[in-house]
Amino acid sequence: MRSWKWEATAGRALLILVVFVAVAAPWLAPNPPDRQFDAYLYAPPTRIHGTYFYPLRLISRLERRFEEVRERPVSVRWFGAGHLVSSAGPNDPLLLLGADSYGRDIFSRLVYGSRASLGLAALATLATMIFGAVVGGIAGYAGGAIDEILSRFSDFVLVLPAIYVVLALRAVMPLVLPPGQVFALLVGIFALVSWPVVARGVRGIIASEREREYVTAGRAAGASPMRLLAVHLMPAARGYLTTQATLLLPAFILAEATLSYVGLGFPTSVPTWGTMLYDASNVALVGEAPWMLAPAAAIFLVVLAVNLVVQGSGRPPLVR
Amino acid sequence: MIRFLLRRLAFALLLVIAVSSAALLLTRLAPGDLTSELGPRARPEDVARARERFDLNRNPLAQLGGWAARAARLDFGDSFLYDRPVSPLIRRAAGNTAVLAATALAIATFLGIPLGVVTGSRSSALAACIRGASLVCLSIPPLLASLLLVFLASRTGWLPSGGMTSVAAIDAGWPAWLLDVARHLPLPALALALPLAATFERLQAQAMTETIHQPFVVAALARGVTWRRLLIDHAWRPSLRSMCAIYGLAIGALLSGSFVVEYVTAWPGLGRLMYEALRARDIYLVAGCAAMGGIFLAFGSLVSDLLLFAADPRVREGSGK
Repeated sequence: MRSWKWEATAGRALLILVVFVAVAAPWLAPNPPDRQFDAYLYAPPTRIHGTYFYPLRLISRLERRFEEVRERPVSVRWFGAGHLVSSAGPNDPLLLLGADSYGRDIFSRLVYGSRASLGLAALATLATMIFGAVVGGIAGYAGGAIDEILSRFSDFVLVLPAIYVVLALRAVMPLVLPPGQVFALLVGIFALVSWPVVARGVRGIIASEREREYVTAGRAAGASPMRLLAVHLMPAARGYLTTQATLLLPAFILAEATLSYVGLGFPTSVPTWGTMLYDASNVALVGEAPWMLAPAAAIFLVVLAVNLVVQGSGRPPLVR
Repeated sequence: MIRFLLRRLAFALLLVIAVSSAALLLTRLAPGDLTSELGPRARPEDVARARERFDLNRNPLAQLGGWAARAARLDFGDSFLYDRPVSPLIRRAAGNTAVLAATALAIATFLGIPLGVVTGSRSSALAACIRGASLVCLSIPPLLASLLLVFLASRTGWLPSGGMTSVAAIDAGWPAWLLDVARHLPLPALALALPLAATFERLQAQAMTETIHQPFVVAALARGVTWRRLLIDHAWRPSLRSMCAIYGLAIGALLSGSFVVEYVTAWPGLGRLMYEALRARDIYLVAGCAAMGGIFLAFGSLVSDLLLFAADPRVREGSGK
């Protein structure tokens, strides 16, 4: 059978690129993410002609038609003013992916939004891993009643469709919250809903691993259960935890997008991929301003990257 | 067999009870209640009447007990939002979701499984193409798929981009109504089905590749069984076992996916109703929707078990599992 190693490599490269975008957001984004260019509502992406571009002039606000001002080219600055690329004219924005309903630069929002979307997903993944590993480790090591209760509970949670549980937990909290609290709340909810999956896998690994000789040897040498678990047993679950993390990350990005899309996530003033999709939810407009769907493409890229990695490693895809 | 079915039924009952009770308690303990739907200028006596009608004056456990006692007699309470009993509302929404999910499942099955047999059993340019397409579809979860399809529909005008019926079709008699629904169905069903079809394709391909290298398949090949018969009779049937296990999970995935799809395409299903109910803290409607969702899930895992029963003789002859 052919091996598909290049898929894993391509997937990893894509993931690294996305992380780079999030880290380098202030340098990559030509405009501040919340600056509103009032004359540019729903403006199409700027067409760059080598070293200059033509600013846009609104012809009809109703039809959202724009025209290039040919007589006044604005030069494009590369590596200037602390940005990779920016416009030389302060009032002639460079809109690489067009503008949204408030005249904000979609590309800049997308780049800055990756910080909230990825940061939230990464933190939630970390919390899930830690919580799941601790509970699963204890259950696997201790066995008995604790193990029984945990296994029953995680069986039950696994049956439930996660998005409904997340939706219900989020909806019963106050609907309007400041962004910081939304962030913390979503991390908490995501971790709460998904830790049983991790705990279950870790439990299985630890339970079989603790019968091995090296554990008996460690115990005979006087290692405490906590030390045995943390230092000697947990490394056995490392591969499993890595796999789970790669699968949880896109799931959390999607969960944020779904919640923000239905108006239960971040307030729309905060740029995240979810709130940007919410801005794009007006069906009539999306037909005419397809660049509003840019965050969907970003999410697609991340999920694709993870699927490539999973595919390249020869594991089956997850049913979501 | 009987014992097995009884155990599954007990599990189903437990699931429905647990899910609906948890939903009811959660809604009750949430800050704010349904009276905020009356607006800030509501008269105090209206607020008091609403609280009385929905048992919000009693303590949460007493409310849960009262609700459970009535639910046992199939009275699931009233909806505040719609001002009518919950049961017919949920029946209609659940029916719509079931139509959507069943269509999506059928599309995914008839698309994913044959393609998976192709990609799992040979390596050709065609198989590589299917594989690539499947990887792309796998990366377009229902949220993105429905947004994309709505965009395409509104751009091309080939299909209506949302809803289940047009206004004109409501009074036009049932054949026209049915035709109208059939025109609205493909978009949400495809949005739901495409990622699932890709999942089926990938899993079927993997199961196929694994079985094809089993000794009994190699033996059949050595006996001179033709390739087609070999694929279908010898390799495909055993590989179905792992597919059956996936069907139970697929129901959960369909329910999860149907929420976003219903939301984006305005399909009046259970997910949408649940969302509205949750936002308005419409307590009995939330509990009813949760109960219905639990029934769907239990039904899904039961069907998956029965399929496994049918597909794998080892399970059938096993000691009364």
